[in-house]
Amino acid sequence: MIMLQKRKDVPTYLTIAVPLLSILVTLLMGALIFAMLGYPPLQALYEFFIAPLSRPDQIGNLFVKACPLIIISTGLIFCFRANVWNIGAEGQLILGAMGAGWVALSFPEAESRMLIIGMAVMAMLAGALWGAIPGLLKVKFKTNEILVSLMLTYIAIFLVDWTVRSPWRDPMAFGFPLTKAYPDAGLIPLMSLPGIGRLGQLHWGVPVALLVAIGGWFYLSRSLGGYQIKLMGDAPRAGRFAGFSQSWVTMFVMMLSGALAGLAGMIEVSANIGMLQPQISFGYGFTAIIVAFLARLNPLAAIAAGLVVALAELGGDAAQISMRIPKVVTGIFNGILLFMLLAGETLTHYRIVWIRSAEKGGKSHG
Amino acid sequence: MTQTAPKTTARSATAKLEQAPLLVGFGMTKSFGDLVANKDIDFTIYAGELHALLGENGAGKSTFIKMIYGLLEPDQGHLEWQGESVTISNPQQARAMGIGMVFQHFSLFDALTVAENIALALPPDFPRQNLSQLIATKSAEYGIPLNPDNLVADLSVGQQQRVEIVRCLLQNPALLIMDEPTSVLTPQETDQLFKVLRRLAEQGCAVLFISHKLDEIKQLTSRATILRAGVKVAEVNTKDQSKRQLAELMIGAKVKDMQTQSTPEKSKTLLTVTGLSRPADGPFNVALRDINLSVRAGEILGIAGIAGNGQSELMDALTGEWRPSYPNAGNMIQLGADDITKLSPAGRRRAGLAFVPEERNGHAAVPSMTLSENTLLTGYDQDNVVRGGMINHDQTLAMARQISKTYDVRQPSDDPLASSLSGGNLQKFVVGREIIKSPDVLIVSQPTWGVDIGAAQFIRTAMAELAKQGSAVIMISQDLEEIFQIAHQITVLNAGQLSATFKTRDITAERIGLLMGESLQADDNISQNKAGVSS
Repeated sequence: MIMLQKRKDVPTYLTIAVPLLSILVTLLMGALIFAMLGYPPLQALYEFFIAPLSRPDQIGNLFVKACPLIIISTGLIFCFRANVWNIGAEGQLILGAMGAGWVALSFPEAESRMLIIGMAVMAMLAGALWGAIPGLLKVKFKTNEILVSLMLTYIAIFLVDWTVRSPWRDPMAFGFPLTKAYPDAGLIPLMSLPGIGRLGQLHWGVPVALLVAIGGWFYLSRSLGGYQIKLMGDAPRAGRFAGFSQSWVTMFVMMLSGALAGLAGMIEVSANIGMLQPQISFGYGFTAIIVAFLARLNPLAAIAAGLVVALAELGGDAAQISMRIPKVVTGIFNGILLFMLLAGETLTHYRIVWIRSAEKGGKSHG
Repeated sequence: MTQTAPKTTARSATAKLEQAPLLVGFGMTKSFGDLVANKDIDFTIYAGELHALLGENGAGKSTFIKMIYGLLEPDQGHLEWQGESVTISNPQQARAMGIGMVFQHFSLFDALTVAENIALALPPDFPRQNLSQLIATKSAEYGIPLNPDNLVADLSVGQQQRVEIVRCLLQNPALLIMDEPTSVLTPQETDQLFKVLRRLAEQGCAVLFISHKLDEIKQLTSRATILRAGVKVAEVNTKDQSKRQLAELMIGAKVKDMQTQSTPEKSKTLLTVTGLSRPADGPFNVALRDINLSVRAGEILGIAGIAGNGQSELMDALTGEWRPSYPNAGNMIQLGADDITKLSPAGRRRAGLAFVPEERNGHAAVPSMTLSENTLLTGYDQDNVVRGGMINHDQTLAMARQISKTYDVRQPSDDPLASSLSGGNLQKFVVGREIIKSPDVLIVSQPTWGVDIGAAQFIRTAMAELAKQGSAVIMISQDLEEIFQIAHQITVLNAGQLSATFKTRDITAERIGLLMGESLQADDNISQNKAGVSS
């Protein structure tokens, strides 16, 4: 029989070696899968993980891809630390994009930069309200926030679909389900780095994402609000004893993560698409859950984790183009990586023990 | 180091010494980082022997029994079991060898029956066909009747302990380790437990009994191994030692007697509870009925009673974690003339109350957080702790250090996780954290539960000192000795109701014990009948 036994002391070298080993094993497993599919494994790994980083503009694109993941996962980390399981960031993202779109489409003549501020605010409000629904139902009626937030995601997907097909459709779009293009003032401009110039599609949403992650880390580790969140997650009874309100914390993290997902939706549309369409997100709201756990629920680490996952996404695109490897392999990579990291985490804290049945039977009657 | 250890007396302790020892430990040593928890401990226990393991907080008792039970691996030293050298690498192996253990904190599932709980804990190859019947017969045979079909949630703590004991008995242990078993029992239940343990010993089972109650150790055991600061300081025949001698061996200093406090002069009434009732939240809760109490400045009110009679419900109502939601609930709880019924725990703290709930882990303290973060738990309202929403870590760290220093909290590093402290040290920390604020009213529940004598004495002294300085203390406790030691007034909580309040000097422990135990004995008769029927 195999059993997991908790280690009393976790050696320091393990905490460093295990994540590295997890990544190494992921690469080996990936190579094995490529070989089994009939692709040269080394070339495939190169296309996946090195080719997407070989030019400066690609590095810019990597950050662009990671941008929504970092913002959303920061919000989700707040939820997960509070033991609140918001699975509906995808829906909150969509509602945010719709909120921003409503502002942009309401002021087609706007030229002021205030427009983009207004869009961001409305995006966060809409996302927060969409996140507040599962929060409120949990607080008032003890419903399960996992189910409610997930179901609300499907509602959001159909809501945006209907909106761009009926009320908000651009009559000049030849029947395509698209809204009018946002005015220029509602678009996020590309960034020009001093001394380098433009770097691929690198836009001003990226520094916002980094600020969100850093700010989230600061709030979570230094503020009384962050302390309340961790307390409610670790020991809710101690939290109530301290005089904090569980309902308040639940509402706060649900609305905060909803607001951040909404902001990510607004940035994604304003920087990359420029109008509303049925398909806004490529599952960022779900991928961000993986990012949050890869980051071990630390917002600063979410920057690195977001980049790693974004790299796998871009690598998948590159490998599909150059080697015709199906894009679904990206998902497999993300899955293996998450699995390996979680397994590594478990084995850091537990050891595997083999119990021979002879040992038990032999003396039990003694 | 063993200058006072009368080792020779042990040699003549019992005739059992003639036979070969059951378990011998040679030079058992275990360190955690820089902390040497056990150093070179030799230990011997014989079949059929009632042996006590005595020691202060952090003396290394837990570490030692964990090495015997396969939960910890010794750094040095080895064990011999029935004359053969063994390595016990996990509890499963220990149980297979015939070592049973009843932990201080039970690991039972409330929502399952007695039989289901026992079935879960038995090894996979144990036959389960007639388990219910086996439990009924075995428990009746030892005079601790259990109905296998009862929900664990419906059992008193004492009855839950029986479940753990019967679980061990089913595996016919050769050595039974009991970690502080009497801290949850009434005097009557303790007597019953001792009968079981004596009977086991007569049948040849060795019992390793860990307790800080010297009365019980003298009453039950024949020999004691005494640990101090990780080192064995003595192995004595308990019958030859007075309680004071045992205590002095354990603490390594002269024991100061505490005087039963005299009732203070007429003083101002601080906290008044009037007509407080609370419906039961669920099947596992007790309803509170018409609770009335008041406590004056300088006074300690002891609320005696067996756990599960509404203590945690009463504590929640006093801290403000539960507040009456019905209208006109005003003036149920008053501090002086102020109505605090509707205030949250934080509001009540600001008004001058302080609380120490019973459960250290996850209620009074958070094991996964550091001591400075645990200081914040009840201290975030104090000056300079939180500025502009940001935590002033220097301040919380300074407060945590101050608490540790003042209340002698022994810790492995400067700002350790609460989980790395022993139970007694963490308890000193959480009690100290509240007392250091000099609250007007301190409300504590089971302040010394699972804490050994040195730490318990320390905590009681600190509470008595606080009362002397003019604060009022309400102490909910199962430990009658403790209540009689420091309380001025005593009342008993039984089935959600308080008895009349008695002056300590006007009432005997027996009388209180009877008030505590009434309903429980009725329960016993019921389960005895049921067990009789089903067996």
